[in-house]
Amino acid sequence: MSVARLLVVGTWLQLKMRARSAFDGVLALVYPLFFATTVFLMFRQGGESGALVGAAVGASVMGVWSAVSTTASTSLQSERRQGTLELLVASPTHFPLIVVPITLSMAIIGLWSLVTTLLWGRLVFGIDVRIDDPAGFVAAALVTVLAIALVGYLLAVSAVRYRGAWAFGTALELPVWLICGFLVPLGQLPSWVRPISWLLPPTWGVSAVKHAAEGSSPWLDITVCVAVAACYAVLATAVCTRLLRSARAAATLSLT
Amino acid sequence: MTTSLRIFFRGGLTSYRALFTWLSPWILIPTFIVEPVFQVLFFAAVGRTAGVNDNSFYLIGNAVQYAAIPCLFAMSNTIGGERYSQTLSLLLVSPARRTPLFLGRALPVIVNGFACSVVALAVGALALGVTLAPVTWLPLALVVAVCSFACTGLGLVTAGLALRVRETAVLANIVFGVLLIFCGTNVPLSALPGWMAAVGGWLPMTHGIAAARELAGGSRLSDVTGLIAQELGVGLLYIVIGLGLLAFFESESRRRATLEIA
Repeated sequence: MSVARLLVVGTWLQLKMRARSAFDGVLALVYPLFFATTVFLMFRQGGESGALVGAAVGASVMGVWSAVSTTASTSLQSERRQGTLELLVASPTHFPLIVVPITLSMAIIGLWSLVTTLLWGRLVFGIDVRIDDPAGFVAAALVTVLAIALVGYLLAVSAVRYRGAWAFGTALELPVWLICGFLVPLGQLPSWVRPISWLLPPTWGVSAVKHAAEGSSPWLDITVCVAVAACYAVLATAVCTRLLRSARAAATLSLT
Repeated sequence: MTTSLRIFFRGGLTSYRALFTWLSPWILIPTFIVEPVFQVLFFAAVGRTAGVNDNSFYLIGNAVQYAAIPCLFAMSNTIGGERYSQTLSLLLVSPARRTPLFLGRALPVIVNGFACSVVALAVGALALGVTLAPVTWLPLALVVAVCSFACTGLGLVTAGLALRVRETAVLANIVFGVLLIFCGTNVPLSALPGWMAAVGGWLPMTHGIAAARELAGGSRLSDVTGLIAQELGVGLLYIVIGLGLLAFFESESRRRATLEIA
């Protein structure tokens, strides 16, 4: 029960802080809209209304990844810069339970971006996205948010010793958009890229969201997404434990 | 005169090295090589999915437009970085003439933007299998240089606004997004709504990207001199506006004592 409370309160606290940040809050909503608008204009130029609807769904999920990739990579460095990293590590709470709410709050802001992009497509471009399986769509969107938050958790703990972590996170934004099937079907990618895509939770999350919107069952994709994301959580926890032990032993926690 | 030249060259280079903190390979390679190449690949793939335009269209558009990243961010950092280092007031209390001071900071940025675009063009062409005839390389390089110049002019405008806007990274990202949509980077101006195409005509990159596409399509340099001249003109216009904004907001900041609280 205390773990659940910690996750909820931690996420809420982080969410309130990020919502007031111009970079994490406002830009996370606005920046994906520039890409979504470009994509909408490209598909409108193509003239196929069905493809435009599919693009709207795919583009809406882009913002979730966008909200996490850069900020998650640099999140622990931000704590270090604020002088709070040592306090968090020294607290009796298991450290991963402190990091996960940080990345979860970023992904939740991405969820706002998802809604905003769909509304933008509807109001500005007249794209009428009919969701054939609303319950499946909501479940797929929430699982995608959670999965991307857990990828962010791995990024956060892995990049803690990399001073230019934000550049690493920013550089991951477009490759993930490209190879996870947000807008480009996996079948169009070179065959050697597909196994990499399958190892990334957003691939399954995006597929689930698209299936739910089209009316086919999203549950297999949701299940695989949860399973792959759980692997990321386990891996991130192992990395986190090892790095913390190393930082304590070498007294390098506050050093970049 | 000698002092102004020294401020222009030495001051500009020192400022670039000190304030533009992206010069570590750990930041430079992901930002100036990985990102632009993936922007090219991403939009080329989306274009194929949407069934519009060819690889060459997206290669030229995105590789040239990506010069905006160093041009906008580095110029914003000339103010934001000084403020972060708490040296902005020292800079603005100095008797140095402002025109060489800020234009000197722009020169290394133009070179940076140029290099970033050229690398994206070369790597993107290899990745997409686009062949650019050797005879077009030099004219293309000229167009890219002019685009970097023009976009650095817009960067000066963002630097001026940075005297009033605290979040320079947010400002630069938003301007980058505007350029992505309005400059014909991925959607030809003819396919944009009329008002968007009209706005695009007044932005840097638009005419340069059009000129680069014509060169890649086999036109000669003499065929695109009009577009290059327009790009230069737009760049000069933004430089004048940028220097004007810097002067205006500097004077406002002094009058209202708001230099450090923007």
